[in-house]
Amino acid sequence: MAELLHTRDLVTGYHQGGRRIIVSGGLPGLTIRAGQLICLLGPNGSGKSTLLRTLAGLQPALGGRVEIEGKSGLSSTDLAKKISLVLTDRVTGNNLDVYSLVALGRYPWSTWLGGLQEKDREAIHRAIASAGISELLGRKIFTLSDGESQKVMLARALAQDTPILMLDEPTAHLDLPSRIRLMRLLHRLARELDKGILLSTHELDLALQVADEVWLLEAASGGLMVESTPGPGAGPFHKGTPEDLILEGIFEAVFAREDVVFDRASGVFRIPPEGQKQIRLEGTGVEAFWTRRALQRAGFVIVGEKVGAADFIGEEAAGLARVIVEEERKAWVLEAGGESKRFDSIAALLDGLNGHTHFP
Amino acid sequence: MRVRIKRFRLGGLLLLLVLAFLFDLSSGPIRIPVSNIFHILFSRGATDQTWAFIVRSIRLPKAITAVLAGCGLSVSGLQMQTMFRNPLAEPGVLGITAGASFGVAAVMLSGGSMATLYAIRELGLPGSWLIVGAACVGAGLVMLLVLALSSRLRDNVLMLVIGLMMNSITVALTSIWQFFSNPEEVKEYLLWTFGSLGGVTGSQLYILSMVVLVGLVAVFLSSKMLDALLLGENYARSMGLTVKRARIIIVCSTSLLAGSITAFCGPIGFIGIAVPHLARLLFNTSSHRVLMPASCLLGAILLLACDCIAQWPGTQTALPINIITSLVGAPVVIYLLVRKKNLNLYR
Repeated sequence: MAELLHTRDLVTGYHQGGRRIIVSGGLPGLTIRAGQLICLLGPNGSGKSTLLRTLAGLQPALGGRVEIEGKSGLSSTDLAKKISLVLTDRVTGNNLDVYSLVALGRYPWSTWLGGLQEKDREAIHRAIASAGISELLGRKIFTLSDGESQKVMLARALAQDTPILMLDEPTAHLDLPSRIRLMRLLHRLARELDKGILLSTHELDLALQVADEVWLLEAASGGLMVESTPGPGAGPFHKGTPEDLILEGIFEAVFAREDVVFDRASGVFRIPPEGQKQIRLEGTGVEAFWTRRALQRAGFVIVGEKVGAADFIGEEAAGLARVIVEEERKAWVLEAGGESKRFDSIAALLDGLNGHTHFP
Repeated sequence: MRVRIKRFRLGGLLLLLVLAFLFDLSSGPIRIPVSNIFHILFSRGATDQTWAFIVRSIRLPKAITAVLAGCGLSVSGLQMQTMFRNPLAEPGVLGITAGASFGVAAVMLSGGSMATLYAIRELGLPGSWLIVGAACVGAGLVMLLVLALSSRLRDNVLMLVIGLMMNSITVALTSIWQFFSNPEEVKEYLLWTFGSLGGVTGSQLYILSMVVLVGLVAVFLSSKMLDALLLGENYARSMGLTVKRARIIIVCSTSLLAGSITAFCGPIGFIGIAVPHLARLLFNTSSHRVLMPASCLLGAILLLACDCIAQWPGTQTALPINIITSLVGAPVVIYLLVRKKNLNLYR
């Protein structure tokens, strides 16, 4: 795959009152290749936006350099022909309609008065088709929902027709289905248009599903570094395929706190159970899955689980209360202290459990 | 189809401008029929000598001044509304006109033989250049200050407050000067602040046209930059705009336009704020390639109309132009605020 962007000894940060504030230092050489979708992850304040803005040339690097297709120090117009952006800035305050906004993406290619030629119009139509926004064309941008507006901004970036596309938290403010749609779209665009796409996001589970590579920034332990010379700066940086990072336990190390638990088996973060009451669960299928979730939320630790014929019940779970899920009858049976009770919903089951005291 | 509608409307405005121009030439204390105006303008033949004199030496320069001022103030208002991303930005609100006034006051009230505007006009070319230069420098300084402060704040409302503060500081400085000047000079200065389209003749009209034309060319060249700035500075930069260069061009052209017009006509209010909104309403677009000519035409038409109203037919006295633009402009701004739809967009 062709190398589109490469960094050498990059140090990101900014100047404040004559001092250099380093946000990320000691970064390894970062590479964006054509056809690759890279997700930039990290806790709040770890410097994701600063790194993205530095790579995109919106702010100067404190040290090192960013090479685009082997060249650094491109003019602003040449840079705009290589990298297009979708930012978190809200585009308001004007009377633009969707088509005009997408057409603005042709800015670096249009004539000095902003005139559009045939090839510009073709690029605009391709972008509109790729982002799937043809039904929004006549609308004013202030009438768009967050999801629609994000797709329109993506279309504008696509119209700019650059090999590299960078998006800063494109899934923020979107509902879950829109987030998934946007991520799928980006994944598809990277493949079909052979673009190198870099996006920063907080959607870990989505990122793990679509990313070809993950860049993981750790939050600085002692706040931002203030230095007069560039040097190894804030938190460490990890990169690799998402699966490798999970198996190496890096996700847990970066994100896990006492109040968040990373489940390596399913690749999701969850709220840790608050109680230590133990219970056994028997059942299969979707019903058993959601019963398990409800029990965990209610503060139970599931110690023995019987799934179909397989029996995982260990010695220690033998004397515990147990919940049996009867999938075909949509019923839940609670056996505890020699009694047996039947419930017809999870809510009723949880109510029933609250009344019991037979839990160690 | 939509392009055709826009061309049609621009054509309509152009026609309206010609009509307003002719009507402005014909109206005044002495009414001259429009048909005679044609005669006076286009034939050297026998016409009423008095009428010919009135039209050629008084009304024609005044109408041309109205067109120049209308165009210049409208487009500088449009530029500033886009650059500051604020619907209420205009040279007057942000203290740029006040800066120009300060420059003019500095020249007018600084005593000596150039004490009055009359005296400066008597000076001819050098005096005119002096007053234009002072006004442009004053306007440019205030605008640079507002820009520098607003880039630190990144907030529309605070930026307007800063503009208003700059305005009162400049007005206060001018007042100090007035306080220590003799009454004759102050009266002359006060008359100037009422605004007047008349009296710009001969070499001054020549200077005003030159400066305004240069400013307008710079403004038209900045159309593409302004389009990019609609998305905010970060997006503009990501599309290859050099924001610093764009700012310099915009500051220079606005200072030239607002400064020179203020120097000769006094601080004319409301055209700069109202006309860009009217243009957006009429053309329903944000593209500066359309809004620039539309604002020019609308501004010229509006100022010509205000001038016609100022010398209400049948009366001998002409009201100062500033009174009329305020009376016409303020309701337009209120209407836009009430309609809300157009202004909320800027949040």
